[in-house]
Amino acid sequence: MKTRLLVTLIAAIAGMSFAHADVTVISFGGAAQAGQKKAYYDPFSAESGIKVIPGEYNGEMARITAMVQAGNVTWDVVEVESPELVRGCEEGLFEKLDYSKIGNKADFVPEAVTDCGIGTFVWSTALAYNADTLKEAPTSWADFWNVEKFPGKRGLRKGAKYTLEFALLADGVAPKDIYKVLETPEGVARAFAKLDQIKPHIVWWEAGAQPPQLLASGDLVMSSVYNGRIAAARKEGRNLEIVWNGSIYDFDYWAIPKGSPNLADAYKYIEFASRPAPQAQFSAEVPYGPTNNAAVGTMDPAVAATLPTSPANLVGAFATDTEFWVEYGEDLEQRFNAWASR
Amino acid sequence: MTAASDTLDPSPARAVPLKRQLRRAERRKNLLFMALILPLAVFVLASFVLPIGSLLQRSIANPEVHDNLPETLELLDDWSGEGLPDEAAFVALARELGAARGTPAIADIAKRLNREQPGLRSLVMRSARALPLAEGTPAQDGLIGIDERWRDPVIWETIKRAGSPTTGFYLLGAIDRTIADGGEIVKLPKEEAIYLDVLVRTFEMSVIVTVACLLLGFPLAYLMATLPVRHANTLMILVLLPFWTSVLVRVAAWIVILQNEGLVNKLLMWLGATDAPIRLLFNRTGVYIAMVHILLPFMVLPLYSVMKGISPVYMRAAVSLGCPPFSSFWKIYFPLTMPGIAAGSLLVFIVCMGFYITPALLGGPGDQMISYFIAFYTNQAVNWGMAAALSAVLLAATLVLYALYTRYLGGNAVNKIR
Amino acid sequence: MPTQALAGGHTAAAHENADVLVSFSHVQKTYDGDTLIVKDLNLDIRRGEFLTLLGPSGSGKTTCLMMLAGFETPTSGEIRLAGQVINKLPPYKRNIGMVFQNYALFPHMTVLENLRFPLAVRKHPAAEIDAKVKRALGMVQLGGFENRYPQQLSGGQQQRIALARALVFDPQLVLMDEPLGALDKQLREHMQLEIKHIHQSLGVTFVFVTHDQGEALTMSDRIAVFNHGVIQQIDTPATLYEHPANAFVANFIGENNALAGHVMATANDISTVSLGDGNVLAARTGDAGGPGSPVIVSIRPERVRLAKPDTPPHSRLAARVIEQIYLGDHIRLRMQVSGCENFTMKTPISKLDRCPNAGETVDIELSPEHLLALAPPPSA
Ligand SMILES: Nc1ncnc2c1ncn2[C@@H]1O[C@H](COP(=O)(O)OP(=O)(O)O)[C@@H](O)[C@H]1O
Ligand SMILES: [Mg+2]
Repeated sequence: MKTRLLVTLIAAIAGMSFAHADVTVISFGGAAQAGQKKAYYDPFSAESGIKVIPGEYNGEMARITAMVQAGNVTWDVVEVESPELVRGCEEGLFEKLDYSKIGNKADFVPEAVTDCGIGTFVWSTALAYNADTLKEAPTSWADFWNVEKFPGKRGLRKGAKYTLEFALLADGVAPKDIYKVLETPEGVARAFAKLDQIKPHIVWWEAGAQPPQLLASGDLVMSSVYNGRIAAARKEGRNLEIVWNGSIYDFDYWAIPKGSPNLADAYKYIEFASRPAPQAQFSAEVPYGPTNNAAVGTMDPAVAATLPTSPANLVGAFATDTEFWVEYGEDLEQRFNAWASR
Repeated sequence: MTAASDTLDPSPARAVPLKRQLRRAERRKNLLFMALILPLAVFVLASFVLPIGSLLQRSIANPEVHDNLPETLELLDDWSGEGLPDEAAFVALARELGAARGTPAIADIAKRLNREQPGLRSLVMRSARALPLAEGTPAQDGLIGIDERWRDPVIWETIKRAGSPTTGFYLLGAIDRTIADGGEIVKLPKEEAIYLDVLVRTFEMSVIVTVACLLLGFPLAYLMATLPVRHANTLMILVLLPFWTSVLVRVAAWIVILQNEGLVNKLLMWLGATDAPIRLLFNRTGVYIAMVHILLPFMVLPLYSVMKGISPVYMRAAVSLGCPPFSSFWKIYFPLTMPGIAAGSLLVFIVCMGFYITPALLGGPGDQMISYFIAFYTNQAVNWGMAAALSAVLLAATLVLYALYTRYLGGNAVNKIR
Repeated sequence: MPTQALAGGHTAAAHENADVLVSFSHVQKTYDGDTLIVKDLNLDIRRGEFLTLLGPSGSGKTTCLMMLAGFETPTSGEIRLAGQVINKLPPYKRNIGMVFQNYALFPHMTVLENLRFPLAVRKHPAAEIDAKVKRALGMVQLGGFENRYPQQLSGGQQQRIALARALVFDPQLVLMDEPLGALDKQLREHMQLEIKHIHQSLGVTFVFVTHDQGEALTMSDRIAVFNHGVIQQIDTPATLYEHPANAFVANFIGENNALAGHVMATANDISTVSLGDGNVLAARTGDAGGPGSPVIVSIRPERVRLAKPDTPPHSRLAARVIEQIYLGDHIRLRMQVSGCENFTMKTPISKLDRCPNAGETVDIELSPEHLLALAPPPSA
């Protein structure tokens, strides 16, 4: 009697820790994660019977570092941005991916395929404005700097990344030369000097949700934005427009923290989320570009036209240089903090 | 005046056992006492001393290069610094970088060297990727073949410098200093210097918030101390109410109240005090308002408890001696509240020095206090050495202030009035 | 109320009397609008006297003192100081020195600073301040303690500093509210004499509040006995003791034996009283009523004597000794007399030929000049 009870108990406990088919997926929250739930989590669970436990973070590598160093990893799949992926991969925070469990490398955009992470979407940081308040539409970052023609406050993300690129674009540097210029001390000085010109007109934002609100309320006339946020605001009826010229696009990746307890399920999830059909559905929810080449074909052309990856939108746009930011980021962010707080 | 103190029996026959008895009794008392404070001691050690110790240790820890390139560093010890090091150093470096390839160690080395000089990261990573060298190639040629920069003695100088087991690099950085190529300590250029300004700003904002809390809290505490208990309790609940909601909720509430379309601006415009909304958010004003709101209880509570203990008879005595009421308040009551003012101010000030969320959410980039940068280095930049160094500087500044406080204010004021 | 005539002795002419420093006339005080804490107080305080307000706790003494000091305002009536009505004068303009129960020395100031305070407030020149402070410290024999803080002084020393501070600015009147309450017995007795001597040497008017009758008797020129917000009697200590105006005063001051009975007749200030057990005594008429009214005859224990053969019958009672207490200089006998179990006789041993033992029955003598027929207290 007693023994049987014990056995049942042990079985129950064992069941809890082993037979549990859960996979913990961490993203940045907001509209994108809502889209992921629709396009990935729910269909994946329905197909495989593996439950997805969603979680949110703000991209703090410190949390993953602490988890991996302590040997107590509770996250299975994490959405990471490119510089963090590069650093984390070098520091051994992520599993090296076994592509045989994910799919054919050739099916993906080349930049999406990396050692530790597979690109899941392409997003863009672009200039946006409120078409109701501006009579004439701005067309470039030079217009963003033109406070006589477009008076009013403008928003930029509080940080060096993108801000310095936009400053150089406004100063007439060609997209292909941006990072070459920024590598030199003179280039950095040039970017900050350009920023000095509009410093009093800048409102700094930190969360991606802020600029659409500030644009809609009329507190800002234009701002740098994440393109997905503008789409969400447009759905709510705000007349916000994106200027794709001079936008900077980047990839977000799925990665597996080293020591994930559900490695096999994590691969199953990533494999599912990298198929064309779910990716197309995700892009329909949130206008971020797919990484699987086959996805665009299955898409509504109207949706495809809103993506950062649509050929029309790529004119004048360029990709961020992850290597550059990994190399110079810490220094430039410190420099930016010093500049901004003066 | 008092009777002569009793003396113990001085006969030697009794003196020894008595002394021993006394000692035994004392020892038992001490043991009991120690047993009682043991849990506290363990708790303090575990939650306070150890973390602070490890924080200070981290602010000077420098294991990345030292632990991963031991042979190279040993060989560089003998290098004069003139020209390039000899072949043996190149061989050791090639071997050790090769060994670190594909492990977290290589990232550690790269990250650490990159902090000394941006750009070195790619040098290390690219070299490691190209290692090991083809059989028979001299290491010097091989490495320089991978990247021309290995020809530059300054790089080797940097490796040597970054290889010491401990470093002042972070602590110096936290006070806007750095070690120049020559090894001497120099100021950072003006456009990179930030933390001394931030430290001064942290200090200045803390002083202003403390003074504002005192100016608002003193009359409030006085009112509470003089009101009948029932009303005083109601007021106390109102004062404590903010304690029961999270800081984030309070800050969000302030955003709603202070924004351009918010309550305060609408009220001001309705009253005709202003035509256009006043900017109260994302600048110092908003930060001060919210910080004072959050910290007021820390001022009011010590003040109240001290005021509650001041007998009204002192004021009466002063008045009976011919001193008008207001003057009596100032000369007698106010000095008696000094311990409360000192304790409340110290508390508010020290809590202020560590403020982070409120300025981050309500202030602009020019309103951030030092904790913001500690959080930045901890969470975003993952540069824990710098985070620890900034914390150490904050800790040191706080301790200095506390020492000044006990030296000039606390000691005197508190002792006199007990 | 018959006591009022005795208590006040108060006429309109008193205002003009140069000897009167303070006068309360028809002063009433209520805190809550329901109960009168002070009921129609009429009191003249003479220049230079040491007047004590004596009464049980809660009888309104402090309230009277506070009205005089200006910290409370009378609900009705007038208080005059040196002929001026001071009802509306704020306390800091009254120039009255005050010693509080717990001394109220300013804890953040040294003895010197405490003493300088009232003089500095009055903007006296520095040299004068120093001289006065020195004199005041000398008066309380605490020269050399200038730089101590109050909590570095013993209770008695603090008491003296408080007194010095109340006197240093030469007030015309000094008020003290139970200032010795916190001291131990020995020190208290010492301070009683010291305060009395200071009073005698300065000639300043002192108003002293206490609930300790011994203290009052020791120190005062006159004592005002308070009960329930009414002055029961105001007189010199000897008069109060020997001729209490009513049963309350007789009981409150000194030891007292009380036997209950009825008045049979009154004549020539002598009442004939029948006790509960039928015995008849002659007593001086105090505030007792006419024939038939209930009465208490009271006598001090030291006035009770063993009867002599010639003791008249209306001064003689049988007493059974219950307990004999030997006290060295005198002997106390607790006895049962006319139904009263606690009747006490106190006699010097030298006056006793033979001491009766417990259980013995003896006759005692209660002579009419020491027996007082008083109306029973209202509550009894
Ligand atoms: N400030 C006050 N408010 C209300 N009642 C008071 C106040 N002060 C004294 N009393 C009441 O008045 C009565 C007399 O008090 P008090 O004058 O202090 O008597 P005493 O000094 O003879 O002990 C007491 O019943 C007391 O409760
Ligand atoms: Mg009293």
